[in-house]
Amino acid sequence: MTIDEIKIGGMGASRRRVEDNRFIRGRGNYVDDVVLPGMLHMEILRSPLAHARIRSIDASKAWEIPGVRLVLTGDMMATRNLAWMPTLSYDTQAVLATDKVRFQGQEVAAVIADDPYIAKDACEAIVVDYEPLPVIVNPMQAMADSAPLIRDDKENQPDNKVFDWEVGDREATERAFAEADVVSKLELHYPRSHPSPLEPCGSIADFDRSTGKLTVYMTTQAPHIIRAAVALVAELPEHMIRIISPDLGGGFGNKVPVYPGYVISILASILTERPVKWIEDKTGNLISTGFGRDVYLQGEMALRKDGRILGVRMHTISDHGAFFSDAQPSKFKIGLMHSAFACYDIPSAHLTATGMYTNKAPGGVAYRCSFRVTEAMFFQERMVQAAADDLGMDQAEFRRVNFVRDDDFPHRTAFGFLTDSGQYGKCLDVGLEAIGYEQFLKDQEEARKKGRLLGIGISTMTEPLGAGNSREYDILGIKMFDSAELRVHMTGKAILRTGAKTQGQGHETTWAQIVAHELGIPADDIVVEEGDTDTAPFGMGTYASRSTPVAGAAVAMVSRKIRAKARKIAAHLLEVSEEDVEWELGRFYVRSQPDRGVTIQDCSMAAYSNVPDGMEPGLENTAYYDPPNLTWPFACYIATVEVDPVTGVWDVLRMVAVDDCGVRINPMIVEGQIMGGLTEAYAMASMQFITFDADGNCVGSNYMDYLLPTAWETPGFELHEVVTPCPHHPIGAKGIGECATVGGPAAFVNAVMDAVKHLGVRNVDMPMLPDRVHQAVTTGSDVSGMPPVRTDAP
Amino acid sequence: MTSLYEEVSVTPVDVPVRRVTITVNGQRRAADIEPRLLLAHLLRQGFGLTGTHTGCDTTNCGACTVLFDGRPVKSCTMLAVQADGHSVETVEGLASASELHPIQEGFKEEHGLQCGYCTPGMMMAAKALLEENPDPSEDEIRWALSGNLCRCTGYQNIVKAVMWAADKMRASAG
Repeated sequence: MTIDEIKIGGMGASRRRVEDNRFIRGRGNYVDDVVLPGMLHMEILRSPLAHARIRSIDASKAWEIPGVRLVLTGDMMATRNLAWMPTLSYDTQAVLATDKVRFQGQEVAAVIADDPYIAKDACEAIVVDYEPLPVIVNPMQAMADSAPLIRDDKENQPDNKVFDWEVGDREATERAFAEADVVSKLELHYPRSHPSPLEPCGSIADFDRSTGKLTVYMTTQAPHIIRAAVALVAELPEHMIRIISPDLGGGFGNKVPVYPGYVISILASILTERPVKWIEDKTGNLISTGFGRDVYLQGEMALRKDGRILGVRMHTISDHGAFFSDAQPSKFKIGLMHSAFACYDIPSAHLTATGMYTNKAPGGVAYRCSFRVTEAMFFQERMVQAAADDLGMDQAEFRRVNFVRDDDFPHRTAFGFLTDSGQYGKCLDVGLEAIGYEQFLKDQEEARKKGRLLGIGISTMTEPLGAGNSREYDILGIKMFDSAELRVHMTGKAILRTGAKTQGQGHETTWAQIVAHELGIPADDIVVEEGDTDTAPFGMGTYASRSTPVAGAAVAMVSRKIRAKARKIAAHLLEVSEEDVEWELGRFYVRSQPDRGVTIQDCSMAAYSNVPDGMEPGLENTAYYDPPNLTWPFACYIATVEVDPVTGVWDVLRMVAVDDCGVRINPMIVEGQIMGGLTEAYAMASMQFITFDADGNCVGSNYMDYLLPTAWETPGFELHEVVTPCPHHPIGAKGIGECATVGGPAAFVNAVMDAVKHLGVRNVDMPMLPDRVHQAVTTGSDVSGMPPVRTDAP
Repeated sequence: MTSLYEEVSVTPVDVPVRRVTITVNGQRRAADIEPRLLLAHLLRQGFGLTGTHTGCDTTNCGACTVLFDGRPVKSCTMLAVQADGHSVETVEGLASASELHPIQEGFKEEHGLQCGYCTPGMMMAAKALLEENPDPSEDEIRWALSGNLCRCTGYQNIVKAVMWAADKMRASAG
């Protein structure tokens, strides 16, 4: 009577999601749905200017409006030492501006009132006198000797530079270039984008003076990091801080940082002794919270005539906005940019990086990616296509020649990462077969004769997901492990809690499947909880595709601890020694008498009613998991497009995705993650970007200007899989949530470039808006996405 | 009759109020409200129907989509006083006491949602479509839902979910 693992919702089951039961009924519990007795409402007044000195703030008219309880300005925050706060990247960020505003949308004042409408009215009644200053909208402008100093608040900050950083082997790379037959070059801009979950950010701070306890409902992907940050910033004892992250309406990296609104709502609750709710509007979200990308990438590749890559050189210039508040491991200034080219066997590589302050919103969050790997893989795959073109080689063949081979693992990349598994060539073959590569090339040739522009773009990449091992990965010094706590009740039902925080990834469904796989307890008998720091074990949260690699591994490990104890109980119940007990899914039995056995439920009952002498009762445990390495999923994305030479519009004909994310816990959910990621890839390639005019006005401050694809524009996707289990993950899984966002954009851009390269076009910066493509087609030259810069300024 | 909105939000005494009566999910509800109150806010804070979400404030995202006399509207860009005397249907009105609406079942069966934030609006837009067109093509579904944004799913499974619901509704209609 072996248990059918699929039937109990174990590994590999496309189990329908548990969380859907409340979402489809409109019974989700997002922050704005929470109502506390006596709750006040907060609204933030933001700067209309990108760079200006504040001469004065007059809030007297706001105070006079009935229903207004509190008006906060930077000076008042400063009396509590809260005008500035530390960022996740060891910089400081203004909570409410005291001296200057440094980007459009910066927080200047806050009103707390009985009703959100009154709070909004009162914000409009605040008069701020600004003295405008020259504005810097891109990092090259910020480097100029004449550039105004943005961060004059900082000591030892003579210019606008955030950092210089370097990784790789400079000399070996120089030697490779000296030996090269061909050197291929590429420059491009990965534009600023915003993760833009539909739900904006918000918080409800509830300080209870009688107990001294602060409870904060917050849109956060990392509640424990927030608890630590609040303890440090607000100087409240950590055990008196409870962060609750309820249902999140998407995150995509946008809900990792600590935002001024959270801090202001906390102080407001302490001062008013009432719960204070702050819900950002969409414009506030788009113009002030963590953006993604905004990196200028330059590079060159040393090539041998036979197609082998000898070395790669890269230089990045990144725009961090007014405060360096990237959310990323502290050791890596430009994230994991140096994971570029990890799937290729390249002898040498060298990367230099410069980060600059500008008069734009701070952030630099990992927008659906593992810390800048999106930029890294985009550059990689654009560079690979350019190199193949320069060599006159087929783009698929060029990749195949340079792939790390299946028998070369573990493989040390040129930048020092250790990749451990993969079948790169097989994934490429599956993709080429699915798209009908040879036939398409013939069709493309025929179409071109008739004036039609067809193109095919390939993007193949392995990316590092699941930060990370404690030797290398930390945020503010806290190591990036994660955790799981499992309590099996007497009747064999269980509750599992982890330090991760789902935002749509379906943890409530999949974590139970891992427990079912390890213990044979039906998934429906396991409830999963996350997001409450008073109950969940300490963890670093959910971003950078780290949940399955780290927290998911902890779920497997805690289940194994439970099984180890259950085995001792089974031996006691079966009256044999532990060595004579065998395990099959859900059941222990006597090796010599397979019919004599006890179920895991028998063991849980005994754990509370009949434990052997000397054993602690109960069946609960906690596991902290520090992964030995990152996981390295591989993906091959192939897009075919047709470009209309008259309008510059390009349509996706087909999009094939081959993903190898190791063992799939819930195939339905994995495919959902891939399709969502592909859509964001399409979005960035086609329309989605935040830009600024020369005065620092954000263009893209609402959904009329910041275009997101609808069901109408979004292409259909064809998904395929290859499975190479991760050798070090307890259940062989790898991260998947972000692969398609990371690897997808280059497939679309390469396809459009393939369609127009015979006209002399090598690069059109994303997003490939119709006017840009039209310009490229009609002029036969590249199109840059560099934002406009004022030249008439004094 | 008690003022539903004032139960949850203390409006200053000198603010003018208007009495509105709206049929919400088949039930007549009344509230005394500020004339500038948005319908989405009346539904959420006044009537406690928090399944209607607000995403963008500019009529773009569709998370706040409800049916107004059977037609989909974005309740974040409609004044509550405009709904006086009309009927409004929200996500909370989809399921009966004992069973889910086929659209709800379809979204779960076909994994048509992830974070769930766009889902209520998506389902209401889908309901309006299926009442008008019980057997829509993929293109017709994509067009009908093009006023509703989803950041998680990539829409493909949402389209499948609506097809699933359409099949079931046609089958049960005989």
